[in-house]
Amino acid sequence: MTDVLMPALSPTMEEGVLSKWNVKVGDVVKSGDVIAEIETDKATMEVEAVDEGVVEAILVAAGTEGVKVNTAIARLKGEGEAPAPAEAAAGDGLHGSPSQSATPTAPPPAGKPGNDGTASRSPPRSGGGGRLAVGGGQPSQDGARLFATPLARRLAKEKGVALSALMGSGPHGRIIAADIGSPQPNKSPAAASAPAAPATVRTLAQMGIPDGSYDLEPLDGMRKTIARRMTESATTIPTFPLTIDLQIDRLLDARSRINTSLMGRDIRVSVNDMLIKAAAAALKASPAANASYTPEGIARHHHADIAVAVAVEHGLITPIIREAENRTLAEIAVAMKDLAERARTKKLKPEEYLGGTFSISNLGMFGIREFAAIINEPQGCILSVGAGEKRSVVKGGELAIATVMTVTLTCDHRVVDGATGAKWLQAFRGFVEDPITLLA
Amino acid sequence: MATDYDLIVIGSGPGGYTAAIRGAQLGMKVALVERELLGGICLNWGCIPTKALLKSGEVYAQLGHLQDYGLSAGAATFDFPAVIARSRGIAKQLNQGVAFLMKKNKIEVIEGVATLEKGSAAPSVIVTPAKGGTKRTLQARAVILATGARAKEIPAIGLKSDGDRVWTYRDAMTPKAMPKSLLIIGSGAIGVEFGSFYNALGAKVTVVEALSRILPVEDEEVSTAARKAYEKRGMAFRVGAKVTKLERGGEGVTLTVEQGGKTETLTAERAIVAVGISANVEGLGLEALGVTLDRGHVATDAHCATNVPGLYAIGDVAGAPWLAHKASHEGVHAVEAIAGKAPPALTTPIPSCTYSQPQIASVGLTEAQAKAEGRAVKVGRFPFRANGKAIASGETDGFVKTVFDARTGALIGAHMLGAEVTEMIQGFAVAMTLEATEAELFATVFPHPTMSEAMHEASLDAFGIVLNS
Repeated sequence: MTDVLMPALSPTMEEGVLSKWNVKVGDVVKSGDVIAEIETDKATMEVEAVDEGVVEAILVAAGTEGVKVNTAIARLKGEGEAPAPAEAAAGDGLHGSPSQSATPTAPPPAGKPGNDGTASRSPPRSGGGGRLAVGGGQPSQDGARLFATPLARRLAKEKGVALSALMGSGPHGRIIAADIGSPQPNKSPAAASAPAAPATVRTLAQMGIPDGSYDLEPLDGMRKTIARRMTESATTIPTFPLTIDLQIDRLLDARSRINTSLMGRDIRVSVNDMLIKAAAAALKASPAANASYTPEGIARHHHADIAVAVAVEHGLITPIIREAENRTLAEIAVAMKDLAERARTKKLKPEEYLGGTFSISNLGMFGIREFAAIINEPQGCILSVGAGEKRSVVKGGELAIATVMTVTLTCDHRVVDGATGAKWLQAFRGFVEDPITLLA
Repeated sequence: MATDYDLIVIGSGPGGYTAAIRGAQLGMKVALVERELLGGICLNWGCIPTKALLKSGEVYAQLGHLQDYGLSAGAATFDFPAVIARSRGIAKQLNQGVAFLMKKNKIEVIEGVATLEKGSAAPSVIVTPAKGGTKRTLQARAVILATGARAKEIPAIGLKSDGDRVWTYRDAMTPKAMPKSLLIIGSGAIGVEFGSFYNALGAKVTVVEALSRILPVEDEEVSTAARKAYEKRGMAFRVGAKVTKLERGGEGVTLTVEQGGKTETLTAERAIVAVGISANVEGLGLEALGVTLDRGHVATDAHCATNVPGLYAIGDVAGAPWLAHKASHEGVHAVEAIAGKAPPALTTPIPSCTYSQPQIASVGLTEAQAKAEGRAVKVGRFPFRANGKAIASGETDGFVKTVFDARTGALIGAHMLGAEVTEMIQGFAVAMTLEATEAELFATVFPHPTMSEAMHEASLDAFGIVLNS
């Protein structure tokens, strides 16, 4: 008999929504069958059966929110095996008390004397590269299993550091000794600041907005992530904006010629695709802006992995064009179209939205003239793109009309100084205003 | 320029061919450029053929101790050309094995000498076929330099192979006749391995070391005990002896050394130069590309990247330790980094093995290194003469030594001398990679009777609770 556990879709996932069951009690499943779908702040993913068997019980109903990673969500029994005693489903003593936020549909376990409770458990697994159980784990406070080396556990205990507040830098996100030595950069602010939060958060009623005068929409995972990451970025990173106007008539002209040539391949390059390419080329020409601050030193990235903000229902996500400096415009256009579509349907894999080195946020389509976006940690810069519009410009002492687009580079001053950012913008201007140079 | 390959690897030693396979596994189109033999030094002129020689030496030496085991046989003899032929045959077998692996993984093997030029995403690779033919210019998204290293020679004082009286490891592997006496200059792994082999077959071997002890990179207790064990087997040593000149005369070689302010000469039939290695960085066009070197090796970061975009370097050419398994580990790491799979930075300890008689194996810090880092240490030792399996096997030379950080209990170093310890060190290597503390080593069950029990006991000893000593 085997418990199916809530898988972790990414090393940082703590809980998720069990959105759908594809099997019911009594169904026969075999290894690899998709039995359920789960949803996190960023993605929807299929849960595959790891073992063969008959679905004996569904322990968490479809639609349940806040299901902690590694909670038993269903139970399989091998064919011909006797039904398991109820106690086995509750927990095996390794995982602490059952998660409170999960809502089991099965009746609560009743202790049965005489049962030795030696249920076999399958290791937690997800179809898409989630955590694999290796080595001895101990429960975090919320019941999810933590992966940490013996030395890391000992050091954390000595220093009074909660392992659950750390992100591991070892294989599969395992916490290693080095992570304990420098808790600051790795500390998840959500966990770190949680105890202090009640003191500072006042209710809306306390601030003069009476209950009943609004509808309260629960925070979904994506909203929580945006709130946490943006608060962390805005409160911990010293930033400054640099703004320039770019004349984009040549870029628009180049784009229409490129699109004419690509018509047969059914590819359409957008202005944004060209800005991705230009940004990557500028990062290559001016690599000092392609950097991340870490307490150990400045990480100088080898490639321009450009994260592009995509608005989705109830939030946004930043899929990444990897090594954009090495990709053609057509490749970028095709990749971006695919990523944006899958972002909207929440089908992105974690590796497709984690780990960019530079971000672009474009609100031009909404007629925004200029804005300064908040740094997307740990990136050194984010480029905010305004609308391209006909404006009067002075050319050779005469008034003239040109299509002008205002862009703002928000820089993390810890790694990108004013002159560094300005040099990057200079390079970017060169590529945007004379797009033929992108071919150089 | 269009790219022809996702990855070009230059050099097919254990680093290069492993990197090529990993690249193929990740779906890359891979080319492997080799100027000589697939498998590089390791398979053809290093690790493997020397192990074949050493095994012959070891078995022969055992024949001299048959009576210790209650056995007897006729007088032991050896057929020197057959010993050498066996070693060459094994090298050839493994060389063909690599060819098979390349074929199986659909890796294009290009024979020829590679040079680099400025390219697009990565430097371009120009291959000049060794056997004549037209040059090819290849472009890949990434290039891995795995060109290895060769024996260091110092021609100014005569430390240079002449292929006859003065050998490097390469000559020492394929001699025409068994030398009666040998001077070995340098007491690192290569020096003491050849010393062990030729000593076992009856040559009079003298090893000359400039530093104050043999095997200078090993823990001092290992150096001391190894020297005693070698001397017991008939080898002679001169430590603290600075070589000023090596000359060849009619019947042999004469080595001039300065020791304690005095100048002396040593003579032998032949000499082996084993004073270190030089990275193969020449003739690759590295200077024109502006590749940064560090003390003669290609400088790389934690992911094996050089300062030139798209160019990586692994193994001997990228610096110490000059070990095949370090090269293949870096090869896999570099390819995963190239594929954007961002492995954690290379920090795992690399074990090192010397296949003399007795063997030496170590991983992590020596006691002296740990203390130099300012750590308080707990040190444990356990001799094989107190280990049942070692006694039963008649292999009681040597010991296991452990070094723990006294504050955290982390295992930070392990050092072993004894029979087959090279097969045991990976137990400590796994423990260190997993950041084990004494608690996990105490809790691990070591099977009885094995020599590995000494590993458990040495861990217990560091904390004063050794059981069988």
